[in-house]
Amino acid sequence: MRDANPTRRGLLKAGLAGLGGLALAGCEGGGGDGGITQALFGTEEALTRRIQGLLAGPNALAREYGEADISRSFKPNGSTDPQDDAYRALVKDGFSAFRLAVDGLVDRPGSFTLADLRAMPSRTQITRHDCVEGWSCIGKWSGVRLSHLLDTVGVKPEARFVVFHCADTPDEPSFGDEPAHFYGSIDLASARHEQTILAYDLNGAALAVEHGAPLRLRVERQLGYKMSKYVMRVEVVDSFAKIGDGHGGYWEDNGYNWYAGI
Amino acid sequence: MSHASPADPTPARPPGRWSKRHSAVVRVTHWINALCLVLLFMSGLQIFNAHPALYLGSASNFDAPVLAIDAREVGGRAEGYAALLGHAVETTGVLGLSSVDGRATPRAFPSWITLPSRQDLSTGRNWHFLMAWLFVLNGVVYGLYGIVSRHFARDIVPGRADLAHTGQAIVDHVRLRFPHGENARRYNVLQKLAYAGVVFVALPLIVLAGWTMSPTLDSAFPFLTSLFGGRQTARTVHFVLAFALVGFVVVHVAMVLLTGVINNMRSMITGWFDTGEAKDEGIETHA
Repeated sequence: MRDANPTRRGLLKAGLAGLGGLALAGCEGGGGDGGITQALFGTEEALTRRIQGLLAGPNALAREYGEADISRSFKPNGSTDPQDDAYRALVKDGFSAFRLAVDGLVDRPGSFTLADLRAMPSRTQITRHDCVEGWSCIGKWSGVRLSHLLDTVGVKPEARFVVFHCADTPDEPSFGDEPAHFYGSIDLASARHEQTILAYDLNGAALAVEHGAPLRLRVERQLGYKMSKYVMRVEVVDSFAKIGDGHGGYWEDNGYNWYAGI
Repeated sequence: MSHASPADPTPARPPGRWSKRHSAVVRVTHWINALCLVLLFMSGLQIFNAHPALYLGSASNFDAPVLAIDAREVGGRAEGYAALLGHAVETTGVLGLSSVDGRATPRAFPSWITLPSRQDLSTGRNWHFLMAWLFVLNGVVYGLYGIVSRHFARDIVPGRADLAHTGQAIVDHVRLRFPHGENARRYNVLQKLAYAGVVFVALPLIVLAGWTMSPTLDSAFPFLTSLFGGRQTARTVHFVLAFALVGFVVVHVAMVLLTGVINNMRSMITGWFDTGEAKDEGIETHA
């Protein structure tokens, strides 16, 4: 059953994909190059975001589950062991030197220890984590509501997005360059959603490194790749065009949709 | 659309022989639907390849997938396999391990059936959702037309008289003896049942199962996850229905070929169906 006849298979594929006149060349596009397929993909993402936003509204809650539903092991994914030197040093002393920076378009930029954050109003929720790959795990997350944090620093009226700067460096460093740090972003409406928290506990214990210690974002109505781990700095912005490659996050810079509601 | 009704053959063609079988709306939505299903299937397999295992319930029990397609090492040699409820069958070359640019590569579905060919989840998702929108909008047009024009009531939903002939129709089909002439102008009971099952059950259900995989839509419509018994069950239903639809298409295309490919294709492209083209071979028919 080796691929004995690649030509015939190629023809079959061309025939299938070409049905209705779609060019195979277009089908193989993607990854940021322009053209009509990219324009259509962009239109689809905007349409999906708008319609899902209308259907769900700003406040509808993701389903919360019971203790009995919690997955026996919560699958760690993405970065699980950041090698960044500053981060390694934080791990070594149990994050006692950790300070979460909150800045950008805010009235009172601040920096918070884990104890500060744990003293703030917390929320605990047992929710389903849906990975873009297709699998789901259920876990109990506790953390500080992002809206409380934003209110503490005071968001300026022109603010539109919240950007999360993280400690992990998912890509191999290119020669001579500092490896780029992971980042992600959500809009202010998602940031202010009741279930949007910066989680410090998973299933009643402090977050393990593989799950994003010391802080991981939870945006329960979107897919897992939006939920930045190892959050070091929260920046409030009016545009993310000048951050990274300008698509709003590490995964977005690698071709994934900024809106991950499906 | 004065020629839309099969009961109203136009005088431009020899009366009694030519009939307008499919309306323009049915023909256009049929071909858009065919395009959508092909691209949805191929991009869906691309998405499946990102995590080639299926589960039941709300969350994934990674230790006990319902279905898993993967590669493994057996006796120092890599092999592909598909495992249903833990029972594995070797599928090297097609499932689990197949050739990519001449090299045996671990991937659930082979590159010749996925869109895009190379492993690329984000582009696969883009194609899937783009075609899903077209598919749903096309389905809404077809559904509204089917109700308003009475196409569903007249042509698709089997009546009591149709159902009474189900047994005989099965026997005739098994013997590859199909209705001819005037009797072929209207769908027989097996066609009606197959089309009704696809139009009213499989296609709506696969869309609902797809929506259930969306965390945002789950927050808007909490009944979705309850309806399927959890997001992972919905994902499994979505996968099974996709292959059920492939099964339908295989039979559908076989029947198109067996009952006169030129006539059938003409009727779905131009609308015209030649009831006199194939001679009635004298079988028991049921008008």
